[in-house]
Amino acid sequence: MDSKNFRIPSGCSICGIMNKKGRVFSGNDIIQSIALMHERSNGLGGGFAAYGIYPEYKNYYAFHLFYSDKNAKEETEHFLHQHFDVILGEKIPTRKIKSIKNPPLIWRYFLKPDSKRILLSDIEEENDYVFSCVMKINTYIKGAYVFSSGKNMGAFKGVGYPEDIGDFYRLDEYKGYIWTAHGRFPTNTPGWWGGAHPFTLLDWSVVHNGEISSYDTNRRFLEMYGYKCALQTDTEVITYTFDYLVRKQGLSLETAVKIVAPPFWSEIERLPKKEADFLRTLRYVYSSLLINGPFSIILGMSNGMLALNDRIKLRPLTAAVHGEFLYVASEESAIREICPQPHRVWAPKGGEPVIGFLEK
Amino acid sequence: MALSFKMPEFLIKRQVETCSKCLLCVKQCANKVHYYDEKNDSFLTADENCVGCHRCAVICPTRSIYILKYPLEFRRNAYWTEETIKQIYKQAESGGILLAGTGTDRDYPIYWDKILINASQVTNPSIDPLREPMELKTFLGRRPKAITVEGKEIKEEIPPKLELEVPIMFAAMSFGAISLNAVKSLAKAAQKKGTYYNTGEGGLHRDLYQYGSNTTVQVASGRFGVHPDYLNAGAAIEIKIGQGAKPGIGGHLPGEKVGEEVSKTRMIPLGSDAISPAPHHDIYSIEDLRQLIFSLKEATDYKKPVGVKIAAVHNIAAIASGIARAGADFIVIDGFRGGTGAAPQRTRDNVGIPIELALAAVDSRLRDESIRNEVSLVVSGGIRNSADVIKAIALGADAVYIGTAALIALGCHMCQKCYTGKCNWGIATQDPQLTKRLDPEIGAQRAANLIKAWKHEIKDMLGGMGINAIESLRGNRLMLRGIGLTDTELKILGIKAAGE
Repeated sequence: MDSKNFRIPSGCSICGIMNKKGRVFSGNDIIQSIALMHERSNGLGGGFAAYGIYPEYKNYYAFHLFYSDKNAKEETEHFLHQHFDVILGEKIPTRKIKSIKNPPLIWRYFLKPDSKRILLSDIEEENDYVFSCVMKINTYIKGAYVFSSGKNMGAFKGVGYPEDIGDFYRLDEYKGYIWTAHGRFPTNTPGWWGGAHPFTLLDWSVVHNGEISSYDTNRRFLEMYGYKCALQTDTEVITYTFDYLVRKQGLSLETAVKIVAPPFWSEIERLPKKEADFLRTLRYVYSSLLINGPFSIILGMSNGMLALNDRIKLRPLTAAVHGEFLYVASEESAIREICPQPHRVWAPKGGEPVIGFLEK
Repeated sequence: MALSFKMPEFLIKRQVETCSKCLLCVKQCANKVHYYDEKNDSFLTADENCVGCHRCAVICPTRSIYILKYPLEFRRNAYWTEETIKQIYKQAESGGILLAGTGTDRDYPIYWDKILINASQVTNPSIDPLREPMELKTFLGRRPKAITVEGKEIKEEIPPKLELEVPIMFAAMSFGAISLNAVKSLAKAAQKKGTYYNTGEGGLHRDLYQYGSNTTVQVASGRFGVHPDYLNAGAAIEIKIGQGAKPGIGGHLPGEKVGEEVSKTRMIPLGSDAISPAPHHDIYSIEDLRQLIFSLKEATDYKKPVGVKIAAVHNIAAIASGIARAGADFIVIDGFRGGTGAAPQRTRDNVGIPIELALAAVDSRLRDESIRNEVSLVVSGGIRNSADVIKAIALGADAVYIGTAALIALGCHMCQKCYTGKCNWGIATQDPQLTKRLDPEIGAQRAANLIKAWKHEIKDMLGGMGINAIESLRGNRLMLRGIGLTDTELKILGIKAAGE
C-alpha cells in the first residue's frame, strides 16, 4: 500500500451510460463499450461505478473495501462495528480470471450509522458522519481502503484491463441505471488496486482522464475542510471538489461546473453585467477549486451523470443521446459500439458540461 | 582635528586622452567627487566622497570615467573583516548608530535560488501563451466562507477587494524617502499596468490624488498625512506595523529630506526629522489592531479593503493568524531582505527572517486553521525577478510587492546611500536639482516595462507547468522542488527535494 504516497500521472479511456427513466440494465453494455478502447489503457487499472445495483439494501451505506491482509480486515471490522450497525458483511463475488493477478481481500458491508454516536459527536449530518468514518479508515488503518461508500451504488475496480476487471467482478450479473467505466494508462506501475478508477465518496463517483496541474492548490484547499487526500491522485481531488461544492456548500451542479472549469475573464467581460458579476464572484470566492490542466471526467451521482472537459479541452470527450439513454465516452466509436445510430452525437466544448438528471 | 581613519571605498580613474572636458561629471555629482581645476586645466577627485552610484560614468559621453574598488588591502582575517573594522572606525569617530539604505546586503542564504520550478512533459501538455489564453488576474480581499446562490444571483454581499491585472504591486515607499517624481513614476506605471502602488507613510501629495484608484494608502505609527480625504482617496488601506528592513522600530525620515512639499504632505514642520514611534501608540495588542482596522473601515464606509503589513519575525505564523482573525482583508509580510530609505544598520542586517520561510510558515498555519481562503497574502522583501514571483505564489502568496526592483527600473544603482538625500539619480532625494533628473513619464515607462516583461515570463513558466490561470499556482507547492536544502528547510517550505 506504499503507492498511496505517490502521485502517478496517467492517460485513460472513460465512458458512461445512463437511463434517464431510471430503468436498470446489466453491466454488459458498459464492458463492451470500454473494451473497444482497449488501446487507450495498458492493463494497469480498470474499473466501474454502477448505480441502482443494491435495491434490497438501498437504505444502507454500501462500503466496498480492499484489505491487504487479515489484520487490516479485523481492525476495520472492529471500527465498523463501533460506528455502525452492520446489516451484512460479505466477500464481493468474483470470477477467476487468468489475467487478474494477486487481488487483495475484497469485501462489502451494508451499514446503518449508529445514531447515538452521531448525536454524541459534533457532526450534524449523517453524511458527514459516514464521510468522516471513510476518511478515518483510509487514513489510519494500515492496509485497509474504502473504495465505495454510497447508497444503492458501488465501485468495482482493480489492476487489469477494464473488460477483465468487469468479468472478474461478474458485472454482467448486476443491473444499474447508470454505469461508468475507466481504462487506465498510468505512466508507472503502481500495482495497487486502490489506485484504479473510479474514485468515490458517498454517492459520488468519478472516472477521469487527465492530469491536474492545479493538484496541490486544490488539495491544500480541500484539506482545510476535513478532506484527506490519502491517495495523492488527481481523481480523488475532483471527487472531493464536487462533494465540497455541491454537498457541503449547497451549490448546484451547474454552478459547481462554473467553478471547476470557469469561462476565461475575457469571456466573462463580454457577458451581460448580472451574469458577469455572478461568474466573477464564483471565480473569486472559489479560485482555489479551478481545476487546471487536461481532463475529461464523468461524475456519477444517484440522480444523474455529469461529463466535463477542462476549459481548453485538452482531452477527448464525445456525448450522444438515444431514446432514454445518454452516452458519453472518450471516443465516439465506444458509443457506436453499443448504440450504432444514436439520435444525436456531439463533442462538448471545453468547460461545457453534459448533464443528465433522472426524470423522476 | 584628529586624524580620520576613513578611507575611500572607490577609486575614480579618468582617461585623460578621451575626456572631452564637458564637465558633466563635475556638475552632476551631488557628492562632489569631481573637481575641475581651471588654472591647471586638470581634474581632481575626492575619492572618499564617491558612493559608487555610477552617475558620472553613465552620463559621461566619452566613457572616460572608471570606477574601481579602492586598492586598500587589509590583512586577511576571516573574523575581523574589512567591513567590521571600517564600521568600528566610523562609530569611534561619530559616536552614533550606523545608518544604511536598501535591504541587507549580507550573505544570508537566498532560498529563492534553492527552489526549482516544474514543467510538463508528455503526460500533461504544456500550454503555449502565444496561442492560448493565460490569465494573471488576481484579487486581494476577504473571501466569504460560503455563498448562497439563487438563480444567477449571489445573496451575500462580497467584501471589497482589489483587482490586479498582474500579481505584482509597487511596495510602500513614501514621498519623502523618495522623490515626488519617483512616486509619480510608480503611480503612472501602476495605472498603465492595472495594479497598485503604495504611499508608504508619506501621505498623499495633491498631484497624486488623480491616481487614487491605483493607490494603496498607508497608515503607519507616525500617522503622517493621515486624514479622511487621504483614506478615501485610495483603493485600499494598509496599516503598517513593521517593515522587513527594520522590524521592531518605526520609520525614520532625516530632516534633510523634509522640504516644503514633504512638510505639507506629511503635516510636519519643515526640516524636522520624521521619526515614527516603534509601535502604534493605539495598538498595544491584537484587539487594539482590530479596533484600528474597523475604525478605518468605518471611516471609509466599508468600501475599501484594509490590510496589515508586518515584518517577517520569528513568530510570524501565529501573528499572521491573529491578524487574519482581527479582520484584516489582506496581510502583507515583509521579509528581512526588504528595502528601506534609512535604517539602523545593525537592525537591517540582523533582525527578521527570510520571506520564503515566513511565507511558507504563514500559508501553512492559515491552512491548518482553515482560514487561508478568507484572507489574502502579499509578500515582499527582496523579490528580484519573475521567477521569484512564481515561487512566492506557489509557496502560497496571492501577490507580491516589489520595491527595490522597481527603483532599480527607475535608475537606482544600489549605492545604499538613500538616507543621505543626495541620490544622483533623482530617486531617494528631495533636492530639486537632483529630482528633476527623473522624468516621471520615462520613469513610468521603465517601471511599466518591467511589469510587462515579468508578465510575459510568468505566462511562459505558467504555461510550461500546464496551468493557464494564476490562481491554480497559488499554494501549489508540488510545482516546486528544493535543491541543497536541509530536511528542516524543506519541511518548513513544504516542498520536496529535487529528484523526489
